[in-house]
Amino acid sequence: MARTGPAVSPGQVEQVPGAGSRQRRGQKPYQPNKWFWVLLAAPGMIWLVVLFVVPFYAMLAIGEGKLDRQTESPVAVYNPFTWSSANFTNVWRDLFGSGAFAGDIAWRTIWYVAVASLLSLVIGYPAAYFVARFAGRRKGIFLVLLIAPFWISYMMRMLAWIDLLQTNGYVNKVLSFVGLGSPDWLGGHSYTVILGLVYGYIPYLILVLFAGLDRIDPSLIEAGRDLGLGRARTFLRVTLPLSRQPILTGMLITVLPMLGDYYTNTLLSGARDTSMIGNLIEGQLSTPSAGQGAILSLIVLLVLLVPMIYYVVQTNRASQVAS
Amino acid sequence: MSSAAVAEQIPAAGEVRKSSLRFFRNPWRHPWFLEGFTWLYLIWSLAPIALAVLFSFNKGKSQATYQGLTWRWYWGDKVNSIWYNPQLHSAMFQTLKLSAVTTLIAVPIGVAFALGINRWRGFLPSSFNFLMILSFVVPELIFGVAMFFIFTQMPGLKDLGLGNWAEILGLVTWNVSWPAIIVQGRLVTIGKQYEEASADLGCTQFQTMRRVMLPLLIPAIFASAILVFSGVIDDFVIVDLLSSNASNTPMSVIIYSTQHGGNGGPALNALATVMLVLSFLVAGLGYLGYRIMTRGQRIDGQAALTAIAGAE
Repeated sequence: MARTGPAVSPGQVEQVPGAGSRQRRGQKPYQPNKWFWVLLAAPGMIWLVVLFVVPFYAMLAIGEGKLDRQTESPVAVYNPFTWSSANFTNVWRDLFGSGAFAGDIAWRTIWYVAVASLLSLVIGYPAAYFVARFAGRRKGIFLVLLIAPFWISYMMRMLAWIDLLQTNGYVNKVLSFVGLGSPDWLGGHSYTVILGLVYGYIPYLILVLFAGLDRIDPSLIEAGRDLGLGRARTFLRVTLPLSRQPILTGMLITVLPMLGDYYTNTLLSGARDTSMIGNLIEGQLSTPSAGQGAILSLIVLLVLLVPMIYYVVQTNRASQVAS
Repeated sequence: MSSAAVAEQIPAAGEVRKSSLRFFRNPWRHPWFLEGFTWLYLIWSLAPIALAVLFSFNKGKSQATYQGLTWRWYWGDKVNSIWYNPQLHSAMFQTLKLSAVTTLIAVPIGVAFALGINRWRGFLPSSFNFLMILSFVVPELIFGVAMFFIFTQMPGLKDLGLGNWAEILGLVTWNVSWPAIIVQGRLVTIGKQYEEASADLGCTQFQTMRRVMLPLLIPAIFASAILVFSGVIDDFVIVDLLSSNASNTPMSVIIYSTQHGGNGGPALNALATVMLVLSFLVAGLGYLGYRIMTRGQRIDGQAALTAIAGAE
């Protein structure tokens, strides 16, 4: 599931007065023993190596490994010099070759995620903007309502829509009352899947947007007004540029998990022609083609490496500026 | 032609139009349109949940039409209620167990990691910090698949196999970045002066940690524990990929697989409602606890809310 993160951008970190004044009047500077820090960090570092780095190497080893013909299960090859590229060739052919079925799925994934994340932004930004800027004394109650979905399990939220969208559900009751017929929402439609994605991930986006917009100094906006800008132009020239960072972080924090989503469309459509990359990877796990699933995962990872590193660098820089 | 010019050219315009124009020209007017939009969004976002909770009390077997109130799906029904259905029953306890164990392991490791990495400067600590934040953003499915492979293929871990151990190790790795990132953020705002002062006053490094830094970090540690606990309640992908049989399947996976298998019913809504109440309880306790721990600091309700939602 998506996780919001510290939505700090470099310029917005609080400066602690005196944090840099280490040496005063010839006193011996405070010099802690480095090994104490090493000891503290060691358990986490070992954990990360064994259970984060090694698993990804194992994934690579299985992806570049062989297939045991007898048990029909993939065999990991840990020595890079004996790697085979059979799985990679297969995946490449499925993605880009003639009659490639995975290529369609990849394009559909990109299409769904693009539409869903843009819709989330269009819906989420005004709501976050209102609560951050105009809610006044009612900010607390609005914030509780905005954050509430964050505490409601994803499955519960999907279940809620399954209940509503059934052929005899309340959405169709309203629609047929107005005379719009009763569509079969859960019968495998792209729009239902996109609705599910937007509904599922928008709370995380809104939280990041709110945190970012709330940090904008109101006096900057007042200055814009005082200098003669109208409402719309103040927004375009002051607020929007200042919210670029939260928008980028928020989109990242929703797009990354959406790309690995395989449950939303399974629950809301279940049809083959709405399946995404996530379904393809998950579906291959316990089969003889698990190796291809591994390669596919690695390709997704490789494609996402640039935005992920961007996020890491942003988070890192935020802490470096302040220290 | 600007609206002001238009207004001046219509001298015969009545008071009503004038006042409405004044309304639109007032730069500090309340944005009613935005407020309406926000309310619409909130209704869209929360009304389905309210209905799903309502259906968990449904008299009939339908998840789509309301037929009256009952406790049937909680404990009234001797076969299908969440109390009597062994699968649903054990799923509840599995979720609680995973949340508690994961929090107990992930938070100490993450906090110690944050302290060590933040103060120890150099290439090695910064690359490990990089790795930690990377584990925070990597898509959960990709990470889950990698975990699945080590527990089904890797010599050594393969004997452990899928199930409780795999779930806990996976969840800890996935959640250890919460305390690591949040505590580091707090360390940055605290600065170094407290440490220096306590060293000047003759504390050893260990005493400084225990008597000065840890108390200062308690709110951040608490907030990250709340996030880890509720994150595990909500988690789906990792537990879906790493659970092996009915005895170690938590609530989210049961809801998914039962509904997907076409056996949905109000009992699932009841299970989801239990999950919801649990999460809200954790959030409420988290909020209260955070307020109590930060008494005397300039932290208002809003800051506490965003802190326990991980957006601070």
